[in-house]
Amino acid sequence: MSKQKQLQVSAIENGTVIDHIPAESLFDVINILGLDQITNLITFGTNLDSDKLGKKAIIKVEGKFFEDNEINKISLVAPHVKLNIIRDYEVVEKRDVEIPDEVVGIVKCFNPKCITNNEVIKTHFKVMDKTDLALKCHYCEKNTTRDELKMM
Amino acid sequence: MKNKSLVSISDYTRDEILRILELAAFYEANPKQPELREKVIASLFFEPSTRTRLSFETAINRLGARVIGFTDSSSSSTTKGETLKDTIKMVSNYADLIVMRHPLEGSARYASEQSRVPIINAGDGANQHPTQTLLDLYSIQKTQGTLENLTVFMVGDLKYGRTVHSLLMALSHFNPVFYFVAPKELEMPCEYKAFLRERGIEFYEQKEMNNLEQADILYMTRVQKERFSDPMEYERVKNAYVLRNAMLDKTKENLKVLHPLPRVNEIHTDVDSSEKAYYFQQAENGVYTRMAIISAIMGLK
Repeated sequence: MSKQKQLQVSAIENGTVIDHIPAESLFDVINILGLDQITNLITFGTNLDSDKLGKKAIIKVEGKFFEDNEINKISLVAPHVKLNIIRDYEVVEKRDVEIPDEVVGIVKCFNPKCITNNEVIKTHFKVMDKTDLALKCHYCEKNTTRDELKMM
Repeated sequence: MKNKSLVSISDYTRDEILRILELAAFYEANPKQPELREKVIASLFFEPSTRTRLSFETAINRLGARVIGFTDSSSSSTTKGETLKDTIKMVSNYADLIVMRHPLEGSARYASEQSRVPIINAGDGANQHPTQTLLDLYSIQKTQGTLENLTVFMVGDLKYGRTVHSLLMALSHFNPVFYFVAPKELEMPCEYKAFLRERGIEFYEQKEMNNLEQADILYMTRVQKERFSDPMEYERVKNAYVLRNAMLDKTKENLKVLHPLPRVNEIHTDVDSSEKAYYFQQAENGVYTRMAIISAIMGLK
């Protein structure tokens, strides 16, 4: 069954498959990883049936192997993502993503009176709580939680 | 502390806090100390705050330094659209130290990253006001003889009041017991209660001003009408958080009533004549505490 679904998005020879993305977070993941800026071959599918997520999305990037600190950024919007590293059409490694200790850029501080929302400044957060997600702003010291999370 | 910005009270360790209080006592005993005669200190008030500004400028003058700056952003280049970054870059070329008040939260941390000289945060929106906290601590130590093992009542707006949050963080070094007295809408936020639980610090929450006989320090704050979503609720609670002289009858001899000022009606004027009223002396202590902070950062002592 799952084999059939995988094939809804065609296979890649070498690269990374990002699976189990919540369907509504697909474009956030694309933005965060800057996939709209690179020239690699990318295929993706969304609103695929998933037992775990209801509707999921999947992205396959040919010829790209992500660094941990690069890929971990997507854990904020898609914490249960599975990464499959593909070599010669075979899965050679499976990986999870981990919420990082610090988040630089990417996320907007939810506090409208924060200096980062009023002047051009790169945001900077300390991750205080990884399960419920609480990001403490380095500048205004307020917490941004999962419900308040907005990408830059 | 030398050459280090003071943005948030958590920038100072327990020992650094105690060092500032020791210096404050020195300046109180010797207020005329023109040790900074050659120095220029910028006082940048992007929003008006007469009390804080006069306190800082008095401290600077007592230390013999010169003050440059502005008292609200209408007389600065901010009105021409200059960014905070550019203002700070420019001023830090002129002055040896910058005292800054700004309406946006996090502005002081950002300024400290852009500036070549140390920044003292004189209030960044609802975020931090560390010099207020240090003067509160100085007032507590001066009146109680110690900061250790005190029972501190915090009354009024505990949700938005930045002074109570910073004071709570600072006192957590000294094994206090807290009583939080506030209406439901203005309760102490969960993150601060979690912080106290983590450190094993005892605290109680109550809606009414009772148990005052336990208190060493009664820290009053303003309950502001605009904080309530329901104006009826404000009318219902506003009188519950007003301190009157008669309420001090059975309290401890050493009790002192503190308030960051300005007060509106939360301390009845009949308290003013009480021996236990300390809020005006507290404001005076601000000058010595700020002399101490400036002196420590400029490396005088």
